[in-house]
Amino acid sequence: MAELEAPSAEETTRRKFLSGLIGVVAGLVSTLAAIPAIGYLISPGLKRAAGGNWINLGPAASVTPGVPTPFKWTRQVEDGWVKTVQSGTAYAIQLEGQELKVLSDVCTHLGCRVVWNQERQVFACPCHEGFFAADGRVISGPPPKPLNVLPYRIENGQIQIRLEA
Amino acid sequence: MADAPTPQAGKVQALFHWLDERAGLSTIWRTIFARPVPKTNWFYTFGSATLILALLQGFTGMLLTVYYVPSPDKAYDSIQYIMNEVAFGWLIRGMHHWGATLLVVLVFLHMLKAFFVGAYKYPREMTWLTGGVLLLLALVMGFSGYLLPWNQKAYWATTVGTNIVGAVPVVGPLLLRIVRGGQEVGAVTLARFYGLHIWWVPAIAAAVIAIHMYLIIRIGITAPPDRDE
Repeated sequence: MAELEAPSAEETTRRKFLSGLIGVVAGLVSTLAAIPAIGYLISPGLKRAAGGNWINLGPAASVTPGVPTPFKWTRQVEDGWVKTVQSGTAYAIQLEGQELKVLSDVCTHLGCRVVWNQERQVFACPCHEGFFAADGRVISGPPPKPLNVLPYRIENGQIQIRLEA
Repeated sequence: MADAPTPQAGKVQALFHWLDERAGLSTIWRTIFARPVPKTNWFYTFGSATLILALLQGFTGMLLTVYYVPSPDKAYDSIQYIMNEVAFGWLIRGMHHWGATLLVVLVFLHMLKAFFVGAYKYPREMTWLTGGVLLLLALVMGFSGYLLPWNQKAYWATTVGTNIVGAVPVVGPLLLRIVRGGQEVGAVTLARFYGLHIWWVPAIAAAVIAIHMYLIIRIGITAPPDRDE
């Protein structure tokens, strides 16, 4: 293989060294360019929405003992460059001998909104006939878990809740 | 590159040889990169620099479209989002912003060099002319991209810039309405400038660049003139 004129395969010629150098520099530059580009593309997905502020529901005094009382709430949500208002309902319930509880109206099955049915004394989900008791327990239907209990506090007689994300 | 693989050549060489035999990779390499060139100087790198920068503008521009919204009520907000919320958004937008200016400068320097060494003469007139078209396309890119941030400067620069079209005798007012998509610079203007900026001009420019490159490969480049010439 090794001839006098031609450099052997192992020998490092100037040409080989320079093309290797170009390769290394090109690799470094592409890596330097790729890191910001990948970060740029995935960053919105990595951001966790902040736990959120306390949302005002209404006066604690208006909760009828033993009956789930619906409170409408609204909040500002930032969705990228769009600011929207989200709204929903939470039920506050004061059962005998128990502390006040605030229940989410989101069905634990597939996320439909449940409604309190005063006649039948159940939370009824309109989607798949899921029924919950006044304290959120599942009575019948497909829901796998009781209604979510929301963290709350009472400030100046007003019930305030906090939603995850 | 074109060396026949030696018996002890590894799997990579074997794979390359397999591909080369079928796709002619080494011929492509020889034609594009290992083509003979006259003895040149550093001014001859303006062309490659322009090409790389144009590709970089395409890349950063594609990244910007991921978040940018070409609508008057959201354009500015979406850019604020890119600048403040997205990781490296400031960098990507900054590169696109400054790259646009640098591209025009580079295209101009490249043209100056071509003029200085007489590269526009026979048989390279077509290379020169397509280069001239590319300069104009770079300017159209700069002008259409200037509106997209939808801030005061963008809005008024476009108002003034499009007014120039209105100065054409007789058909001026009609042309102005066509360019703006209405009487005033507005939602329609923003949308059509966006379409122009990300689809029409880049597509046309890509085709003209392809012709420009083909001619360079086919005819070759001029040597710098001798002292006595």
